Amino acid sequence: MSKILIRGAKVLGGEAQDVLVDGETIAEVGSGLGAEGATVVEADGRILLPGLVDLHTHLREPGREDSETVLTGTRAAASGGFTSVFAMANTFPVADTAGVVEQVWRLGKESGYCDVQPIGAVTVGLEGKKLAELGAMHESAAGVTVFSDDGKCVDDAVIMRRALEYVKAFGGVVAQHAQEPRLTEGAQMNEGVVSAELGLGGWPAVAEESIIARDVLLAEHVGSRVHICHLSTAGSVEIVRWAKSRGIDVTAEVTPHHLLLTDELVRTYNPVYKVNPPLRTERDVMALREALADGTIDIVATDHAPHPHEDKDCEWGAAAMGMVGLETALSVVQHTMVDTGLLTWAGVAERMSHTPARIGRATGHGRPVSAGEPANLTLVDPAYRGAVDPAGFASRSRNTPYEGRELPGRVTHTWLRGRATLVDGKLQ
Amino acid sequence: MMRHLISAADLTRDDAVLILDTAEEMARVADRPIKKLPALRGRTVVNLFFEDSTRTRISFEAAEKRLSADVINFAAKGSSVSKGESLKDTAQTLEAMGVDAVVIRHGASGAPYRLATSGWIDASVINAGDGTHQHPTQALLDAFTMRRRLVGRDAGLGQDLAGKNVTIVGDILHSRVARSNVDLLHTLGAEVTLVAPPTLVPVGVEHWPCEVSYDLDRVLPKSDAVMMLRVQRERMNAAFFPTEREYSRRYGLDGDRMAKMPEHAVVMHPGPMVRGMEITAEVADSDRCTVVEQVANGVSIRMAVLYLLLGGNEPAVTHSRTEEK
Repeated sequence: MSKILIRGAKVLGGEAQDVLVDGETIAEVGSGLGAEGATVVEADGRILLPGLVDLHTHLREPGREDSETVLTGTRAAASGGFTSVFAMANTFPVADTAGVVEQVWRLGKESGYCDVQPIGAVTVGLEGKKLAELGAMHESAAGVTVFSDDGKCVDDAVIMRRALEYVKAFGGVVAQHAQEPRLTEGAQMNEGVVSAELGLGGWPAVAEESIIARDVLLAEHVGSRVHICHLSTAGSVEIVRWAKSRGIDVTAEVTPHHLLLTDELVRTYNPVYKVNPPLRTERDVMALREALADGTIDIVATDHAPHPHEDKDCEWGAAAMGMVGLETALSVVQHTMVDTGLLTWAGVAERMSHTPARIGRATGHGRPVSAGEPANLTLVDPAYRGAVDPAGFASRSRNTPYEGRELPGRVTHTWLRGRATLVDGKLQ
Repeated sequence: MMRHLISAADLTRDDAVLILDTAEEMARVADRPIKKLPALRGRTVVNLFFEDSTRTRISFEAAEKRLSADVINFAAKGSSVSKGESLKDTAQTLEAMGVDAVVIRHGASGAPYRLATSGWIDASVINAGDGTHQHPTQALLDAFTMRRRLVGRDAGLGQDLAGKNVTIVGDILHSRVARSNVDLLHTLGAEVTLVAPPTLVPVGVEHWPCEVSYDLDRVLPKSDAVMMLRVQRERMNAAFFPTEREYSRRYGLDGDRMAKMPEHAVVMHPGPMVRGMEITAEVADSDRCTVVEQVANGVSIRMAVLYLLLGGNEPAVTHSRTEEK
């Protein structure tokens, strides 16, 4: 395999250095490295990060190939600087057996754009009634370690307790979609001032917070680790902060959109802003940013949720919930966290690569940018400014809330084990 | 005047007073032997009803016909919509047939707003009730009824409802009538008090331009108008209140309670009433109850709205004012 010399890159935002990649690994990091036999990429002061890892992606295959496939989704991932994505289990059929997770895993291998680590369902058919064969999914070729009924909450306390206990046998983790179902029947948006005015069914913060409170206590009781998906309220932050201070083994994620957008946008009744959990208030957004900065929230995960145009080109009540996010995630994080001074680029690497890889046990990802490590790398131009144009997305779907919005930063290069998947913003 | 009527909150005081004044003119047409004006001759209006609502649909239809518009009634049941056609396709199909205005009733909050702002169609959109959001023509006809009763038919012209105390009682949470009325009455200078059990008041109501009370008896003596909202019996099953009887006892309007209201005060109801639940027959059938007037006024208001929205540049009525009885 060939050599690549990335010249003058600010590794994790530090001093400009040269990084020499030989084959699948980083050979050397230093200054004035020789370029013999290597393809040279002039980084010109751009930021070099370890390849991003997304613990929460919906690739939709099998079943909804009209909105995304493993191939189009991994192309979108590479475009956004990701080298590893965790594919959620709410496909058709549901990824609740070794057969389905192996299919998704194999499709990921074939795509070649980024590693795909399937997430297994916690319960059969995401129905919350009966544990899926978690051990079989773990032992399959896909090697599943993260289990989630995402899209639905494991609301039965006994099933949740058993799942938390059961996966300890093989170091697994349950990722909870915290949404108390009775409190969110008919819910359409965050319950508060705006929902009262718009006459849309309210989605109270307590529906999320009560489940998180219950689950951290369950995790403590049975000595398991638990991961909280897409935390969206200031109250949830307080509960996770308290749990961590108590030594409970909990990790939490926040989506880029919850770091930026608020329920005021719902006043447009444009379903592009319809998402689960719903957009909350300015106060919540600020609490989430602060929590991501201080480590209460461990990671950013996209919850990339592609939907076909017709599922958003309709009235609010009839529209699907979700937003695509892989191709805008890093820009939103730069805008909300880096440009605001809340996080350094090293902090971004921690929260979008090292820690998600550690939570999901993604071997070979989230490693330091140093000699001998796998060459999973992302080069970012933080000075770039441009309006988001969904027409240019690699994803099959266009349901972005950022259309026309100016966001900073652009991923120019992505390397997956030394192979360029994105060069100068173009997929290879 | 605006091109669409989506929310009562979009109306300025002057817009609202103009509609009320125009409606008074329209009301005089109803007193004539031939109840028809040529104002919208050659214009086509579709009544696009995704929810059953015979009263509202008939009221709009009567208004459209009195203005000589061509009327198309489209009910979702049994149409292409029940076969899975989207709102966008339905609206575009109708517009392709040359529709100038769409009167829409839809179960989803915001559907009329989407129709008016998504670039799907060019026609004027009139909201005839969307989900639990808005029902602006209902609020206008209620304001019209109050102005007539509390200020006067001719004395009211050009006037708003400044200083009037209006109490709205019932299922505020699920009511588009309440939302529209709070917005419009506030714009017109009235003081609004909402009365309901706390379960039927939305979280966030503290930002509305009104007061909230849980005690009907305390509010009645200072009310100029008391508007009773329908309470669906099924709400009981979702634990909004324990039983129908308890609701009636605490929030229903009966003869004894009506006696606590000032002499001049009126009882209103957008209909359909659930007699024995939020209102007793004694109150519903009393002279103080304006239910039937509200229905008649609804036609005048809808005529005024259609006339003003569809670009009636000439005066609606050219004859001189009839004398008030």
